[in-house]
Amino acid sequence: MRISRSAALVLGVISSAVMAAVYLPLVIVLINSFNNSMNMDWPPPGFTLDWWVKAFGSGGLMAALGTSVLIAICASVVALILGTLLALALSRYKFFGQESIGLMVILPIALPGIVTGLALNNAFRTVLGMQLSMATVIIAHATFCIVTVYNNVLARLSRANRNLEDASADLGAGVFTTFRLITLPQIGSALVAGGLLAFALSFDEIIVTTFTAGSGVETLPIWILNNMFRPGKAPVVDVVAVTTVLISVVPLYFAQRFTRETAK
Amino acid sequence: MAISIRGVSKKFGDFTAVDQLNLEIGSGEFFSMLGPSGSGKTTVLRLIAGFDLPTAGTISLDGEDVTNKAPFDRNVNTVFQDYALFPHLNVIENVEYGLRVRKVGREERRARALAALEKVHLADFAERKPAQLSGGQRQRVALARAIVVEPKILLLDEPLGALDLKLRESMQIELKELQRDLGITFVFVTHDQDEALTLSDRIAIFNQGKIEQIGTPHELYEKPATEFVARFVGTANVFTAAQSQNLFGVNKKTMIRPEQIELGATGQEATVMESIYLGSSIRFILKLADTQVIAEVSASDENAKTYRRNSTVKVNMSKTDLVELD
Ligand SMILES: Nc1ncnc2c1ncn2[C@@H]1O[C@H](COP(=O)(O)OP(=O)(O)O)[C@@H](O)[C@H]1O
Ligand SMILES: [Mg+2]
Repeated sequence: MRISRSAALVLGVISSAVMAAVYLPLVIVLINSFNNSMNMDWPPPGFTLDWWVKAFGSGGLMAALGTSVLIAICASVVALILGTLLALALSRYKFFGQESIGLMVILPIALPGIVTGLALNNAFRTVLGMQLSMATVIIAHATFCIVTVYNNVLARLSRANRNLEDASADLGAGVFTTFRLITLPQIGSALVAGGLLAFALSFDEIIVTTFTAGSGVETLPIWILNNMFRPGKAPVVDVVAVTTVLISVVPLYFAQRFTRETAK
Repeated sequence: MAISIRGVSKKFGDFTAVDQLNLEIGSGEFFSMLGPSGSGKTTVLRLIAGFDLPTAGTISLDGEDVTNKAPFDRNVNTVFQDYALFPHLNVIENVEYGLRVRKVGREERRARALAALEKVHLADFAERKPAQLSGGQRQRVALARAIVVEPKILLLDEPLGALDLKLRESMQIELKELQRDLGITFVFVTHDQDEALTLSDRIAIFNQGKIEQIGTPHELYEKPATEFVARFVGTANVFTAAQSQNLFGVNKKTMIRPEQIELGATGQEATVMESIYLGSSIRFILKLADTQVIAEVSASDENAKTYRRNSTVKVNMSKTDLVELD
């Protein structure tokens, strides 16, 4: 597409403004995590690593980080298994109610977190009679993590040649051998991308988590919320924020690369 | 019988893709299924291979009822229309696949796969990925992959459909030689009548999920049973009962082949509407009374050159060449 110079200029300015609005605050948080002023004076009077040392030395914080990573991994694994099975079922077999189920799988991503959280909270406690715990958080996160895996795998399966699976069976392979040797390599990168996205989604989730976490379960986002307005904690929270961004962005970056590599 | 199909139907929803089919294919036969696109050929092939289950009827292979058996429990292999090579495996791994899932040892399966690749003249391409091959080469890999497991029956779904004419002709010869060499049953799907006539021992003509006629290429050409077969196999002059009555005194639908019509000194007068030069022969479109007739004359016939557009010729059709149609 060719655009005039003035249009290009206007577009450039608008894009820059949007990027600045998104990334400038992040940069400020990053800089503040090295700010040696207790009150976050701006511009920073000096440089310090104190907050980073403090953050990584804090037992509560490290425990919260561990909890978040564990929940994100478990939710991603659950999502990978169920999301893949759902995508396979919905793309490879015809059955009654197929389209409705397809819609129901992706709906959780559109539901407001607060509704999902409330609904799951009710279901766990009153209907199922479960104690809120880490397991309930994992189940809750899995409900929306499934969507990313399902979408990625479904897109790949619909592009992959169905005859490949028939050809494999034709050559003597049973159902599981075909899945392992043919289907899995076809959807492998979609699984990696979906899994990484699921991890990122779960890792920084807070609303659903608040409704479904047991009293002893503190994830990193909840820790941040609890500590943000405590006196003297703001710089440490900045450190955590930077760490959280890194942990969420790295998987996103790889997910993107994987999707692109296999798309070509 | 290598393949027995009895009363087989296949419905997709309300649509009947295959309608009460009966078919017997002998072992070692080169059998073709010929018909227009959408006539149910691929569906029948998929039913034989076991990818789909029939709505009704039974399928037996070598006397054993396999109607409800999975593809991996049938001694049949398929060459797919789009080849269906595994894109993440290289050529030799593709060919080895059937041996690998049968737990044949690494050394042996490599040797057998190489031998199969040699049969299709592709041994030099063993390490390439399917994406790095031409259409004709992919087709050969698909062939090697299917024959390496030594099936008794090979199903081929328009295997030459995607190739250009020259390559197609040379592959036809190779396929025929391969089939003789292996001595196994080939079930060959095509919509190309020349291909079917060239290769087959017998041909089934498909039309709308049914078989119109089964016969040798010779039988189908000389004695087509229906107008559909007459028109689909070769070129035909089909006359309605009224036209036949007028021309021959036969009150039935009939057919005659263009090369059986003689142009010359005797017979009924006709006007030349068009003449088409075909290399070895010349085709004339004639108007005989109210009937359009196609005649084909050898190009070496000296007189043929004198039959110009709008000139008058004498047409001689022998009643013994006339075929009555259903
Ligand atoms: N899986 C399917 N679902 C619905 N209709 C199908 C399916 N497979 C084939 N058909 C229909 O059955 C008919 C026969 O198809 P096919 O056997 O592929 O024909 P051919 O190979 O002779 O071109 C076609 O009208 C096609 O649309
Ligand atoms: Mg077909």
